[in-house]
Amino acid sequence: MSADKTTRRDFVKGGTLLAGGLIAAPLLSRANYFSGAADTIKIALVGCGGRGTGACLQALLTKQNVKLVAMADAFRDRLDSCYKQINADDLTEWSGNKGNVKNKIDVPEERKFVGFDGYQKAIALADVVILDTPPGFRPIHFEDAVKQGKHIFMEKPVATDPAGIQRVLAAAAIAKQKKLNVVVGLQRHYQNSYRELIKRKDQIGEITSAQAWWNNDGVWVRPRQPNQTEMEYQMRNWYYFVWLCGDHITEQHIHNLDVINWFKGSYPVKAQGMGGREVRKGKDFGEIFDHHYVEFHYADGSILNSQCRHIPHTMSKVDEMFTGTKGKIFCGEGKITDLKGNVIYQFDMKTENDPYQTEHDELFAAIAKGDYKFADAENGAKSTMTSILGRLATYSGQVVEWDKAINSGLDLHPKVYDWAAAPPVLPNADGLYPVATPGITKYA
Amino acid sequence: MTKLTRPPGELERDAKNTNVSQNAQRKSTTSRTLRFFATIASLILLFVFTGSAQDDFKAYNQSVSGTTVNFKMMPIPEGKFKMGSADNQKGHRPDESPQKEVTISAFWMAALETTHDEFGAFWTDQSVTINSSVDAVTRPTSQYIDLSWGMGKEGGFPVNSMSQTAALMYCHWLYKKTGIFYRLPTEAEWEYACRAGSEATFPWGDDANEMSKYAWFKGNSKSKYQKTGTLLPNTWGLYDMLGNVAEWTLDQYDSAYFSKLADPVRDPLASPQSRYPKTVRGGSYVDGPENLRPASRQYSEPAWNKRDPQFPKSRWWLTDAAFVGFRVVRPVKQPTAEEAEQFFKAYIGQ
Repeated sequence: MSADKTTRRDFVKGGTLLAGGLIAAPLLSRANYFSGAADTIKIALVGCGGRGTGACLQALLTKQNVKLVAMADAFRDRLDSCYKQINADDLTEWSGNKGNVKNKIDVPEERKFVGFDGYQKAIALADVVILDTPPGFRPIHFEDAVKQGKHIFMEKPVATDPAGIQRVLAAAAIAKQKKLNVVVGLQRHYQNSYRELIKRKDQIGEITSAQAWWNNDGVWVRPRQPNQTEMEYQMRNWYYFVWLCGDHITEQHIHNLDVINWFKGSYPVKAQGMGGREVRKGKDFGEIFDHHYVEFHYADGSILNSQCRHIPHTMSKVDEMFTGTKGKIFCGEGKITDLKGNVIYQFDMKTENDPYQTEHDELFAAIAKGDYKFADAENGAKSTMTSILGRLATYSGQVVEWDKAINSGLDLHPKVYDWAAAPPVLPNADGLYPVATPGITKYA
Repeated sequence: MTKLTRPPGELERDAKNTNVSQNAQRKSTTSRTLRFFATIASLILLFVFTGSAQDDFKAYNQSVSGTTVNFKMMPIPEGKFKMGSADNQKGHRPDESPQKEVTISAFWMAALETTHDEFGAFWTDQSVTINSSVDAVTRPTSQYIDLSWGMGKEGGFPVNSMSQTAALMYCHWLYKKTGIFYRLPTEAEWEYACRAGSEATFPWGDDANEMSKYAWFKGNSKSKYQKTGTLLPNTWGLYDMLGNVAEWTLDQYDSAYFSKLADPVRDPLASPQSRYPKTVRGGSYVDGPENLRPASRQYSEPAWNKRDPQFPKSRWWLTDAAFVGFRVVRPVKQPTAEEAEQFFKAYIGQ
């Protein structure tokens, strides 16, 4: 659709001569961006939690002429709280600059959509959509946004099961054909230190092994409230349910696994590992593990040792490291050494950027120019699949092969999304959920 | 090291004495006005104004029952000093002048920067709620990533990456646990204690080459903070005042602060107005010698939390300020329970 590009440039030129509104109408019919008046880029936010609110502000703080026109969330209170926060009088603490973005928010009551199906209506109203719900919904939302021809920012991970991965991969191919910009919130790709390190990765020769860590205390818990249906409870406390979250190996550790894939330029062919729940047990913690240790094998024989743990008072570390035939890369420190430990490159940490803002700056700049620059969805899906591969390995205790797993058709999702419907996992009489048992649990 | 006696009857007092009713605290968040801050500022002055000639004004160790917390507090005698640096002193910056004669009332200051071990006792105290918006004392949330950045956590490393709110919440917890009012130092108290009588560029004189004996800075830290108290102290027995982690003070940062002060002045404080910028002192392991002068002033800014992707951003943790930490002081004249709660409410907001 390179014609769009031309149209857009001509339009901008014309816009300097004519009032934008006069020539906006012809654009409505063909462009998959700028469906609005003048050259405003319309945004819809789908998923209004803490991260969605942050991503929305990042989009509104780009230099482009943007406007938030629609919002959707499963819960009214989350949507309202987000709406209130983005309308703050002063965003100094957020952006470092005085002022606010109120004049970039135009979301009257009729463009606030609540419930499981609000996303479709919100997406329809926008040029760019921000998909920030719990990851279980990402395949459905991404698919719909692509179908409706929208540019997309979506958070990682992009699915929680192999069936979802296949849907995202299929939609990603269509997004490419349609030249829809897609940025996935694997923000290390937009972070200066990582961008400098990957340019220099050949300094360590061939990568022979890698290590990745996301060990820390864990995240929030939302205890069950009286009068909640089981579906509402799981949607509120979503982190602890695999169909919604993917387990923490997927929800968080994907960042580190993705870096390894990125530097390797490939994805693992198989994995085996171990995991379980030692500390984070009980009714409030659904079904996910609190630790996973996985050995990922790449086609060239190199191995990624990956560990992620959510256990307080244990060694905490979130980082990646590579060993090559000539040296090592320490991502967190922005450092490359030779095999004896002599530093051969050191990134200047004072020049580190805010990658969360950069990913939006670059996406919206491309859209404003009419450029097609970003196709992150395929890698997003494959790095998500890497994390799912690890989870299938730790849950089952078996060696899990990529090709078999990704084609397994494993689908964790409910048939019906409704507050009264039964979610795919249910608690027993004691309020406890079934948890995977290595050696017994089948992975697919 | 000599065993130092604690002031009798002060430690491990029943925390009940200091509790104010929960209802009173919950009642109102409407009182955060400038008038109120002015009151608080004068309260702080009042706390430190009187009394330093007690017989028990000695170093002591503070423990917290039910925890392994045990830190040493050094007596800082009342005295006068010239705050800031002369225009012709090496490294001088405009916000360090005009120098003012400042009198500081006596207080105790922690010999060491607060450690991960100590802060951890608060952070893991199961009797305290987490991230409550109503409880006067509440614990920080978990860190989304490891904000010690692998520099070390157990065995005496300084706690880091916390907001001023989190540092003051630790003080409030200490108050609840011990009945003794601890807080962050004012900028003036900090500089007075750091100088320990010296008017030179550094507490030990003007020679920057001496720095490695006293301070962890860019030149010797290997880009990491180090265990507290492993280098030489200043003449008042305070370790790591310069370098290692930069230290939170109570003051709102104002580049023209010194020109607004009377001369002479007693126990000055720039009252809290907004979350940013607040003054930090001492420089850190990432700084060169120019930022490790007693007169050097640094300040917080929103960029210190630029990689927090959520909104609202964490009130507890800073994603891009691994170099900031704190140490506590104890004013000799202790506030009443009501005054203490007013103080914490003014700074923490609940």
